[in-house]
Amino acid sequence: MAYVDKRPLEARVIRVAFAASFLFLGLGGLGGLIQALHRTGYFQFIGEVTDGNYYTVLTSHGVFMVLFFTIFFLVGVFTWALTRGLDRDLNNPRVTKYWITSMCVGAFLTSLAIIGGFTNAIPLEANVLYTMYAPLQAHPLYYIGLTLFVTGTWVAGYDMISTYLRWRSDNPDERIPLKAFMVLTTMLMWYITTLGIAAEVLLFLIPWSVGIVSEVNPTLTRTLFWYFGHAVVYFWLIPAYLLWYTVLPKLSGGRLFSDPLARVVFILFLILSVPVGIHHQYLDPGIPEGFKFVAMTNTMFLLLPSLLTAFTVVASMEHGGRQRGGTGYLGWLRTLPWKNPAFSGMALAGVMFAAGGFSGMINAGMNINYLVHNTFWVPGHFHLTVGTASALTFMAGAYWLVPQLTGKELVSKRLAAVQPFIWFVGMTFMSNAMHRAGLFGMPRRTADPTYSQFSYDPTVGTVSGVNGQIALGGVLLTVSLAIFLYVIARTWFGGERAESPVDAELPSALSGPEHSPKVLDNLKLWVGIAILLVILAYTVPIGYIASDGLWSGSETYPVAIEALEVLL
Amino acid sequence: MNIHRFEKGWLVASLVLIVFFIGTVAYVSAVTGVEMVDDSGGKVDVDNVTDDERFADPRVEQVGENEYDAYVVAQQFIFRPGTNSPIEVPANSTVNFYVTSLDVVHGFQIVGTNVNTMVVPGQVSEITVEFDEPDEHGILCNEYCGSGHASMGGSINVVPEDEWEGGDA
Repeated sequence: MAYVDKRPLEARVIRVAFAASFLFLGLGGLGGLIQALHRTGYFQFIGEVTDGNYYTVLTSHGVFMVLFFTIFFLVGVFTWALTRGLDRDLNNPRVTKYWITSMCVGAFLTSLAIIGGFTNAIPLEANVLYTMYAPLQAHPLYYIGLTLFVTGTWVAGYDMISTYLRWRSDNPDERIPLKAFMVLTTMLMWYITTLGIAAEVLLFLIPWSVGIVSEVNPTLTRTLFWYFGHAVVYFWLIPAYLLWYTVLPKLSGGRLFSDPLARVVFILFLILSVPVGIHHQYLDPGIPEGFKFVAMTNTMFLLLPSLLTAFTVVASMEHGGRQRGGTGYLGWLRTLPWKNPAFSGMALAGVMFAAGGFSGMINAGMNINYLVHNTFWVPGHFHLTVGTASALTFMAGAYWLVPQLTGKELVSKRLAAVQPFIWFVGMTFMSNAMHRAGLFGMPRRTADPTYSQFSYDPTVGTVSGVNGQIALGGVLLTVSLAIFLYVIARTWFGGERAESPVDAELPSALSGPEHSPKVLDNLKLWVGIAILLVILAYTVPIGYIASDGLWSGSETYPVAIEALEVLL
Repeated sequence: MNIHRFEKGWLVASLVLIVFFIGTVAYVSAVTGVEMVDDSGGKVDVDNVTDDERFADPRVEQVGENEYDAYVVAQQFIFRPGTNSPIEVPANSTVNFYVTSLDVVHGFQIVGTNVNTMVVPGQVSEITVEFDEPDEHGILCNEYCGSGHASMGGSINVVPEDEWEGGDA
């Protein structure tokens, strides 16, 4: 029986979340294409370099992709994972309806504020990019929409945790099923994470954007942002991890290698994701070096869960390949189901994540950050991580989940089968060229990286060669994205109904939870340790930075002065 | 807890790698003297940057035999000095850059080098650079600072010692 027939209400909520997710993926992808062609000089149709439209596109690309596409997908896939893991419905349909509505309304309002930047006809503007550093100021609607969106996720977490607690009272002695364990640890991490952005937006940015206070402390708001801003990357990645641990082994033809190690990985994310954010501020003045060193040490240890995941995922795939008849050291690779886009997408995403992991290790090093900070290297890095490890895994997951949520068989299977490979090739071109451009000093986040005062001096290759590869990669990625959206839309609206559209059975792990100590399931303990680490890592830096004043230290620079005058 | 021996080996290797990384960074800091930008540049009253004696007249001034202080103001969308006229420094010198912002968050990077810092309103970024041969370098703002961000560039001219004539902007 397909998921949709067993839990129609949950399936509907997940469909809404996925529809929103893929809508923002499409819009964000369009923005990405415009940027790839604009800043390389191939095709510039959004106006003069100086009129700001590029930054409207850039803000929308960032916010739509990393907040809306990823997090809508996350709440969808988590709803699926929790209800599958616990084998029960969500507790309270009214709560469920509240959070999905709040998230949709919030995302809509924020999008409106951003898109208003394209025209003077509506007095809205929010060209502050995803990082929204004060004293650049967006229209209040931008921050208010984000607040509704994030509080929606808080209620979603409550919905999931209360469903678990109900399950626990019915099953006092059972181990938490792995899928549910991943959902719970991640949502608990999310509450700790979002304290930073909530403090930034509610105490500072909203009061300042509506005029209650006239100044904010730029370093303090930056620090609060990055308190949130690094842990949020795990919120993007973890749905991919969840799929790699629970679905990919099955798609490979085997079983998960180790359930206990999977639990350890998620506990490490819970306790280490937050006390690292200052590594985004290695080059900030006003923050003593010691705080940066602490953040770096924590960051390096955060490599551990990802390195462990690399082992488990590859080992599970190898097990699958051997079950399918593969032999020899590498022969098992050939027997894996590369024609199944759900498998190939996740596997290729994993390969790219390894490359992204290496550039991430470089970013994590404090002093080498001088060379790469705010250069094109950085988007080169995160297009491998969130832009492929997450995005391509989510697309692959959708090929397997959307049939279960709609009760329809996937259509255009041959087209779908090539889609992940096109993404992989496109991203190889684009990300590699971005990394290289960063090394010769080309900055990120600019409408035009050429300057009248100097020219770049690449050690290898040429500036035009790099630009060409970025534009080519961007076009291939757009083609891949269009194929994905086409296949999903055709399946959703035109697919044939089937009794069981995919084989949704998920086998248990080779080494099950009975091989791990029960303390791993003691969530209170791990949350306690996580909070303790945050207090240790952040109390002194925040106190030090806040001693300059909370609501002082900057003038105000609205991104749309005329527009605000119209409103106020 | 039951962990496969291959997985144990991988775990140990991962931990060794992590400790090695931390060690290399600590080594580079301690031995080669690459220090992070920190709070050593002090602060500046953001409402009165142009009255501050350091930044009222941004300039390069000699403070020791081969040592110079360079004061730079970053603002939407220029560096003063840097954009309208190059920052001139003598060859074979040590230059302490003090950079602050008049308005929003900017970046200050000497293109293609590891000279790179955020420029945050109210804070002074201090960064020490050793220049050897006469050369020309580009500088740019690498943090989005508003619609004119893309034009915010400039240059540094490293001139032979005997040609350096003071660094007033």
